[in-house]
Amino acid sequence: MPMKFPSFRPQREAFPEKMWTRCPSCEEQLFNKQLERSMNVCPSCGHHFRLPAPVRLGQLLDESTFEERDAGLISEDPLGFVDSKTYPDRLAAAQVATGLRDDAVWGYGRVEGQRIAILVMDFGFMGGSMGAVTGEKVARAAEGALAERVPLVIVSASGGARMQEGTMALMQLAKTMGALERLRAAGVPYVSVMSDPTTGGVFASYAVVGDVNLAEPNALIGFAGARVGAGTIGQELPPGFQRTEFLFRHGFIDRIVTRQNLRKELAQILRFLAPARQEAARG
Amino acid sequence: MVDRILGRGRDGRDGKDAKDGREPRPDAPVPQTPEEAKAAVWTRVQLARNLRRPRILELLGAMADEFVELHGDRLFGDDEAIVAGFAIIGGHRVAVVGQQKGADTEENVRRNFGMPHPEGYRKAMRIMELADRSGLPIVTFVDVPGAHPGPESEERGIADAIARSVGLMTRLRVPIVTVITGEGGSGGALAIAVGDVVLALENAVYAVISPEGCASILWRTTDEAPTAAFAMKMTAQDQLAFGIVDEVIPEPGEGAHTDHAETARRLKEVIVRELDRLTAIPADALVEQRYRRYRSLGPYGEIAAPTPSPTVPPRSGLADRLRGLIEAGQRAMPAPLQVGRRDEPPAREDV
Repeated sequence: MPMKFPSFRPQREAFPEKMWTRCPSCEEQLFNKQLERSMNVCPSCGHHFRLPAPVRLGQLLDESTFEERDAGLISEDPLGFVDSKTYPDRLAAAQVATGLRDDAVWGYGRVEGQRIAILVMDFGFMGGSMGAVTGEKVARAAEGALAERVPLVIVSASGGARMQEGTMALMQLAKTMGALERLRAAGVPYVSVMSDPTTGGVFASYAVVGDVNLAEPNALIGFAGARVGAGTIGQELPPGFQRTEFLFRHGFIDRIVTRQNLRKELAQILRFLAPARQEAARG
Repeated sequence: MVDRILGRGRDGRDGKDAKDGREPRPDAPVPQTPEEAKAAVWTRVQLARNLRRPRILELLGAMADEFVELHGDRLFGDDEAIVAGFAIIGGHRVAVVGQQKGADTEENVRRNFGMPHPEGYRKAMRIMELADRSGLPIVTFVDVPGAHPGPESEERGIADAIARSVGLMTRLRVPIVTVITGEGGSGGALAIAVGDVVLALENAVYAVISPEGCASILWRTTDEAPTAAFAMKMTAQDQLAFGIVDEVIPEPGEGAHTDHAETARRLKEVIVRELDRLTAIPADALVEQRYRRYRSLGPYGEIAAPTPSPTVPPRSGLADRLRGLIEAGQRAMPAPLQVGRRDEPPAREDV
């Protein structure tokens, strides 16, 4: 019999959760309960806080309609990548921090009664970086939407491709775009929702090519890191560069939607894009 | 809008005479220490970036029987960082696309040091679509540090151009042969590098981000670029092992820059062989095969257990309990990722 140590690991629940959050935009101290009630949007300045994937799903979908698919996919370490930590260590830490296996979650759900395939990303998991699992889930979500002929919705939050997977991560651009091209050819609609931040390889693949592109206000959205750009080009960056409003002005976003209106607007757009197809599928 | 100005030509800079009979060098002795291995990789990165390295124009000058360059994206302008047109290679009429750097400063300014803007990729897409309609196979020559990262590029939709070009290439119904001839710089490279077969010159490199960019994010200094290059396994040989590259073509002498003609000859042999093979495959099978190729890239695992609950690790021992204690403490502290400051965007990877 192994000796049994008394448990001195504290019950997580026993720890008082942090009760206040300072808004990084207006510096206001916000009571967490209040922040939660306002959908993680600062009530005084409208700053949109980043959302964990389960919270995002809860905000967008009708209650308990989400059926997760492919929850068991996990990243591998094809390069044996080590910087200050090994890649598997980083993955393990991110899993503990977020309670997710990787940074994308996909499944089927309903928005105001309309069935959709939905994938959401979690920036808290390694910066929402796109590795093979992320790409695979996006491809499977697109294939799932195609199989059921229901609209695809992707909510992006990502710093770009996952460097720790090298060119394997880069190839996910081709994997996801290939699947989306098939979806498009079949006439199944795809709505892309960009949240803070949506950059790099994720922006330059599935996030930018929605049939309709929505974005939350003042989100960082762009191809190359602002500092990368400024550093290599040695050029002054225009004010508001790579923010939602900048992209909107230049014609790459259909609508800037606050989080409070997102579900309603998404449902409205889906009603225009989807009904004919859903009826065709039924009939 | 004009595709081509007649009489405007450029001779391939062939370099020195072909050093015939110079077979691929047996690989240098296997590096022993990590430092040596790192240095060997960094040497390849430098070779891939060599200014005298042949690019699309030099290679076509040496291997094509005919070459007609076409210009402009029909939307904004003509980006000279990307060369596109028609060529005849070993009897095959093909469309060609590739990035081009300049031979001197003046030309480099004109060609923006080989960093394409959106209009470059949109020109490439226009020519590739035309090739599709005309039944011409496509050969692409990839050598790019990365797509241009500046404000004009963002304003005109560099991400959109790259995404759509990648998407287009996954569905074109003509054979696509891609050659990574120098630097395969991330999304700017992949935008014209989705092929039925992907070849690479011996000293070419291919990576998701420049070693300098990777080092500045993960090591917080660009001095560690050689370390990052080594960690990302970016050499042609590594990419061959991953299945991202299908064949590595040995370079003559000290590298492709020493002998453009011989490099082009070796490359042409393989390109023609692949064109012969691919043109025999029916279009439907070809497209499906290409889709499968990219659909299957990138390893992942799958575990059976349903929803994970990693916040409660198994109570296996003292170490785990201590770790749990520390993590609980860390959780009680503010998580910096969740509330990133607006004036300080998080470090990001470019593509």
